[in-house]
Amino acid sequence: MSSSSMTERTRRIVIEPVTRVEGHGKVTIHLDEAGKVDEARLHVVEFRGFERFIQGRPFWEMPVAVQRLCGICPVSHHLCAAKAVDRIVGGEALTPTAEKMRRLMHYGQFFQSHALHFFHLASPDLLFGFEADPLQRNVLAVAAKHPELARQGIMMRKWGQEIIRATAGKKIHGTGAIPGGINKNLTIPERDALTAEWPQMLLWAQSGLALARDYTLGHLRELADFGSFESNFLSIVRPDGALDIYDGVLRAIDADGKIIFDQVDNQAYLDYIAEEVRPWTYMKFPFIRSLGPAKGWYRVGPLARINTCDFIDTPLAEEARKEFKTLGGGRPVHVSMAYHWCRMIEILHCVEKIGQLLRDPDLQGTDLVAPGGERRSEGVGILEAPRGTLFHHYRVGEDDLVTMCNLIVSTTNNNEPMNRAVTGVAKKVMSGQATITEGMMNQVEVVIRAYDPCLSCATHAMGQMPLVLELLDRAGNLVHRFVKDDGPCAPSEEA
Amino acid sequence: MAGTKVLVVGYGNPDRCDDGLGMALAERVRALEIPGVDVEVKYQLNVEDADLVAKHDVVLFLDACLCAPPPFLLREVEARAGTLEFTTHSLAPEGVLGLAQDVFRAPTKGYALAVRGYDFHDVGDQISKDAAKNLEAALSFLVGALQPGGSLHPMEVDA
Repeated sequence: MSSSSMTERTRRIVIEPVTRVEGHGKVTIHLDEAGKVDEARLHVVEFRGFERFIQGRPFWEMPVAVQRLCGICPVSHHLCAAKAVDRIVGGEALTPTAEKMRRLMHYGQFFQSHALHFFHLASPDLLFGFEADPLQRNVLAVAAKHPELARQGIMMRKWGQEIIRATAGKKIHGTGAIPGGINKNLTIPERDALTAEWPQMLLWAQSGLALARDYTLGHLRELADFGSFESNFLSIVRPDGALDIYDGVLRAIDADGKIIFDQVDNQAYLDYIAEEVRPWTYMKFPFIRSLGPAKGWYRVGPLARINTCDFIDTPLAEEARKEFKTLGGGRPVHVSMAYHWCRMIEILHCVEKIGQLLRDPDLQGTDLVAPGGERRSEGVGILEAPRGTLFHHYRVGEDDLVTMCNLIVSTTNNNEPMNRAVTGVAKKVMSGQATITEGMMNQVEVVIRAYDPCLSCATHAMGQMPLVLELLDRAGNLVHRFVKDDGPCAPSEEA
Repeated sequence: MAGTKVLVVGYGNPDRCDDGLGMALAERVRALEIPGVDVEVKYQLNVEDADLVAKHDVVLFLDACLCAPPPFLLREVEARAGTLEFTTHSLAPEGVLGLAQDVFRAPTKGYALAVRGYDFHDVGDQISKDAAKNLEAALSFLVGALQPGGSLHPMEVDA
């Protein structure tokens, strides 16, 4: 059914842009003649084209160039491209110093990204409620009413950024990872400065985890029916099944937790994952080949990682994982809003890992680059970005120029799940309602934010747009228009 | 500005031509090594900048602008609480100052100097000719304003 034919027989609601996600998006909600939600779609309305831009560039530029995809998670792209390029130069067997420096950079990136999301994007919804006054639902209101919480978020983000600066050279768009290694080690002053703040970060990670856990358990009945659904899950895991966000093998499980595939080498991902194109969005829809697009879609990110791994190799996070898993009663947990809890389990894991690394003398080593091995014409890098599994795939010519690039970013992997979550919440809160309120619209956004999408990674975003909601009658005539500015929020209605 | 701790923050994307004006101007200020003036350059403002801002008496945000009257516009920044932030890709100066005041209880005063730019669409690190003239005018103003005895007053400067 095309959008145009649907418009003739239905009403359509548009939420544009989706607020407090990274980048820009638009939600359209189609109502049928009875005023019930027929379908909802999360659109990405702008085109990325990054894969095409970098064709013809030298492959060794990739770890630096691809960071321009995003100002929020450039480290993920930096490291993922570096892993692919390692493969091309035959330098994937990194020295201990290089691998540990990269891991430290990655844990720092996770820590700051999860802190920013939880304390400054998601916490207003959790603290003030999904339908609270929009003037309250923002980080500055959190700062006014819960200044200590806001301060924790700021200081955690800052510490994570300092780890990135110490390992990558800069907080944004660093250059630490190079083909086959790293270009610096961690100096003693850098180590000591980070170590001095570590105990406080551990305490804040634990209190943040407690907040997410208590919120989820305290609202479990509502959340179980809030944009939740059964799905497959995908992530990398360490070959022994441990959570590993930097390197590992691909594993996918079904809704019951049964293995779909496991121990899949990164270089073979195309044998297991395919992408579907749909005409109404620039974001593709990845799926597991063996199951096809209808049944093979899957979720990635914190909820997926905690569901797919067998254990976590740091004690406090493992204890938290075990408690979380009791929710599923032996099956994966499918509650969309439980992404927040999992995100905070991961933040605790990251701070534990960072503590181990800061005590490791290998970080002061001087053997930074692996000797080059077999030169290859193709390389795939896969890692877990904060928002989920990230794929970088390059082919290069004999002249060292990139001839093909394929990126499957975390948010793209979650495309189908986010659309299902949006549809579920829209049906729950908007079906049969004569008037759509700002609070209803926000509930749709709340479930999108649980996935922490980065739409500028998934395509390209620029500029600012007002949030617009439109009700169209069955003939396509405008009967109700709702505008929410993205500055000081001043909802207005036009009849 | 005698006895005042000043933070100058230049931000923007130096790979998008005139969008790099804020960073370029900040680097020029840094080279002056004015006592009591700290300089930071960034792609974008974000929540953690509130901590740094709170440690200064005055913060001056330097940015490029497509709509400011040339050569530049200087305005006072008011901390804005209750703003519905669209994204944390970046914060506006008002948001950073708001966090500095609400979270860190800092009485920091804020100013924003917007240098008029013209070319934000091409990819490259070259600042356009007219924008470069505006940058020089802004620098001349700041050389005086940031020195002991100078002051930042909201103003427009004729081209």
